[in-house]
Amino acid sequence: MKRNNKLNIIAILAFIATLFILNVTLDPYRLRIFNLAGIYVILGLGLNLVNGFTGLFSLGHAGFMAIGAYTGALLTMSPETKEMTFFLEPITPILANIQLPFPIALVAAGLVAGAIGFLIGAPVLRLKDDYLAIATLGFSEIIRIVLTNMQTITNGALGLKGIPGNANIWWIWGVSLAVVVFMVLLIKSSYGKVFKAIREDEIAAEAMGVNIFKHKMMSFVIGCALAGVGGALLGSLIGAINPLLFRFLFTFNVLLIVVLGGMGSITGTVLSAVVVTVMIEYLRVLDIEMNLGFIRIPGVPGLRMVVFSLILLIVILFYQRGIMGSNEITWEKLFDFKNRIAKKITRRKSS
Amino acid sequence: MTFTTFMQHLVNSISLGSLYALIAVGYTMVYGILRLINFAHGEVFMFGSYMAFFAMTTFGMPWYIAFIIAIILTCIFGMLIEKAAYKPLRDAPRISIMISAIAASFLISNLGIVFFGGIPVTFPRPDIFDIRIVIGGVSIISVSLFIPVITAVALVILLYIVNHTKTGTAMRAVSKDYEAARLMGIDVNRIITFTFAIGSSLAAVGGIMWALRFPALIPFMGIMPGLKCFIAAVIGGIGNIKGAVLGGLILGFGEIMIVAFLPELSGYRDAFAFIFLIVILLFKPAGLLGKNIAEKV
Amino acid sequence: MTIFRTENLTKKFGGLVAVSNLNIKIEKGQIIGLIGPNGAGKTTAFNMITGVYKPTEGNVVFGENKVTGMKPHKITERGIARTFQNIRLFKELSVLDNVLIANHMRLKSNVFSSIIRTPDYVRKEKAIKEKSINLLRELGLEDVKDEKSFSLPYGKQRRLEIARALATDPQLLLLDEPAAGMNPQESHELMVFIREIRDKFDLTILLIEHHMKVIMGVCESIYVLDYGVTIANGTPGEIQNNQKVIEAYLGVE
Repeated sequence: MKRNNKLNIIAILAFIATLFILNVTLDPYRLRIFNLAGIYVILGLGLNLVNGFTGLFSLGHAGFMAIGAYTGALLTMSPETKEMTFFLEPITPILANIQLPFPIALVAAGLVAGAIGFLIGAPVLRLKDDYLAIATLGFSEIIRIVLTNMQTITNGALGLKGIPGNANIWWIWGVSLAVVVFMVLLIKSSYGKVFKAIREDEIAAEAMGVNIFKHKMMSFVIGCALAGVGGALLGSLIGAINPLLFRFLFTFNVLLIVVLGGMGSITGTVLSAVVVTVMIEYLRVLDIEMNLGFIRIPGVPGLRMVVFSLILLIVILFYQRGIMGSNEITWEKLFDFKNRIAKKITRRKSS
Repeated sequence: MTFTTFMQHLVNSISLGSLYALIAVGYTMVYGILRLINFAHGEVFMFGSYMAFFAMTTFGMPWYIAFIIAIILTCIFGMLIEKAAYKPLRDAPRISIMISAIAASFLISNLGIVFFGGIPVTFPRPDIFDIRIVIGGVSIISVSLFIPVITAVALVILLYIVNHTKTGTAMRAVSKDYEAARLMGIDVNRIITFTFAIGSSLAAVGGIMWALRFPALIPFMGIMPGLKCFIAAVIGGIGNIKGAVLGGLILGFGEIMIVAFLPELSGYRDAFAFIFLIVILLFKPAGLLGKNIAEKV
Repeated sequence: MTIFRTENLTKKFGGLVAVSNLNIKIEKGQIIGLIGPNGAGKTTAFNMITGVYKPTEGNVVFGENKVTGMKPHKITERGIARTFQNIRLFKELSVLDNVLIANHMRLKSNVFSSIIRTPDYVRKEKAIKEKSINLLRELGLEDVKDEKSFSLPYGKQRRLEIARALATDPQLLLLDEPAAGMNPQESHELMVFIREIRDKFDLTILLIEHHMKVIMGVCESIYVLDYGVTIANGTPGEIQNNQKVIEAYLGVE
């Protein structure tokens, strides 16, 4: 135990040092991708808590991200920017002059998304399996439609522009590191065990004295709040948001991350968030024309998403709970692995 | 609102409702047998309308032959989806099967973008469907009358198959108790394939009629109607064919009438289905015509 | 002292009366059997007692209080625990975790203090872990405590189900066919085991079973259900010679 704590601290320090280096060495484009990956870590962990650990099939992540993104944006945009952005109809006076520091806006984004998650969860979490899936998907769409229609608050279909770019590598990866630590502690705690018990067998969990509804709600609200925080960071990173951004496609991306990494695996989600984000960016070339100098490959629009859906399909067909399942990468396993490699090398040397 | 405009809306809602009903039936049949939302059903629907489009334009076939070929191809397509994406996961956790279904749905619609292009194409409307009829001030385009009639015919055939043929009996048996049906010697896989074949054929009919009514085709056209029709099936009581028809009609009616009577809410038209779904699930979780089944402990 | 009773407990599913007017009375420390042919309504009775089903009519009284229609987790909290006919372990979780989860409701720590691991939480967690390991030791499961529960052999899975139920600190334990799938040797051991845990944990036990040897060997009093109706009630000796019971099991000539 003691050794692991030391290793954890060392790893975190090493990670922070890496952030320093990346921050100076990466060009703006790559830095942006790296930051996006950090946001996907947060989003992926939120969805994995609900889908992978608690076994609630929610498809509403994009909706809660939207709520977080709008909350964060509206609380950080300056009154002048708001006046310029809301040129069709002026913004409601309540929001017109509010401008809060970024960290407070982030917390608020999480709280608002969590609160709306609570309101939606109250009716929806009584449903199971596919019904829950379709109801959460439905609510996510309703959120989007409401955002499109609330002209004086959200600027409707035009969306918000000029969101202050507070979300730098430190904010994004700092929050994402905090979320990872939070998830590890949550899953290790008695509550985490109960979430898994609900996933394994709801009726048995209830017979063991677990208040199913309360714990489902807890997991769902935390998941929604994480989506909200992720959404707010995303809004700040890309600078402009509109309702179309938060279509089901976004939930699909996060779902892809969760499934690829393993439903019920924190380390899996972190790894796959980085891999998937990088792929999303670099596979853009599939959709656009490429000029390799001697040969021109015409881009095929849609091909990138074909690749992603194929990956998801193949992974789920062969690994029903994702590649890592509910396994984690732990220090023990790493050392074990190292020892095995070392043994192999010595054996080879001696022979 | 005058009587004629009301009649106009009524005709529109019956025609839209019938379309929803036809697609919803496909969902309900698959769900009844596999307990699975066939997320790719909307894409099957899209496929059907594109096949009819290509048969008529690229291959210059007369519309009736084009439609039949499109239905046959879509039927095969539906069976292939089942074989590729669902069959390998027969004993997997529910959540995995649903993810596979979502992946299949995304795969097909994006393959649609790759092969059919992302730019909308216009579905040619054969003359017979394009006659404008005016009855007492109500102007109706003939396709709006064809839709409910064709839907009714398709449903009568379907109900006959389900209730009066041997395969239909087997389908009902599998839907009641999968394990028992298998033990009784029913070839469950054959029945599932058959169910997908019928559901997909109906989706093809729906897709073609949809294209006749709303002629702009894009590969993503199946997503929204697909979701709404699944909702229609849930509202009616999933697994229940008559329920799906009822749900489809209610949905079509509700959407048109909301826009007609409360134009200020027209922005929320697409939210209607979802709100209605949630209300139904809360107060009558088994749907309007469904039966409540408690989990065996 | 009567610790538990049902008053005219009835459950109807549509037109079907699964259990009608069930009146069970259990004194503290007794082991009571509930038997009957398949489909007689035994498990339905259990499901009503534990809150999985709401009774159509009648009451469940535990101690001094009515617990009719309460949520299952509330009933467990009051001190009624159960096992399931078709084993329902948390398959992917370790044996120890299975038992720890049953302690969650007694933990009384909120989610924040358990995440930041307050000294209070850490102390409680440690105590519960010790208690759970002790329990596993007493039931002979300590050596497999870190294995995933689905990997256990069948007999041990049954045992773990009982361990998990005991971990909720029950006063009344409901066992749904604990001897299902056991050979005569194992079911004999089970009989001894049931008496042992009754004494060790100061329990009262209500037991559904098909193995007549187990029922007759361990129960002090037996209720017989047939088509939801209580057709007999008495000591094992009385039940063995009861004409109605013989008819229900063998059919009328």
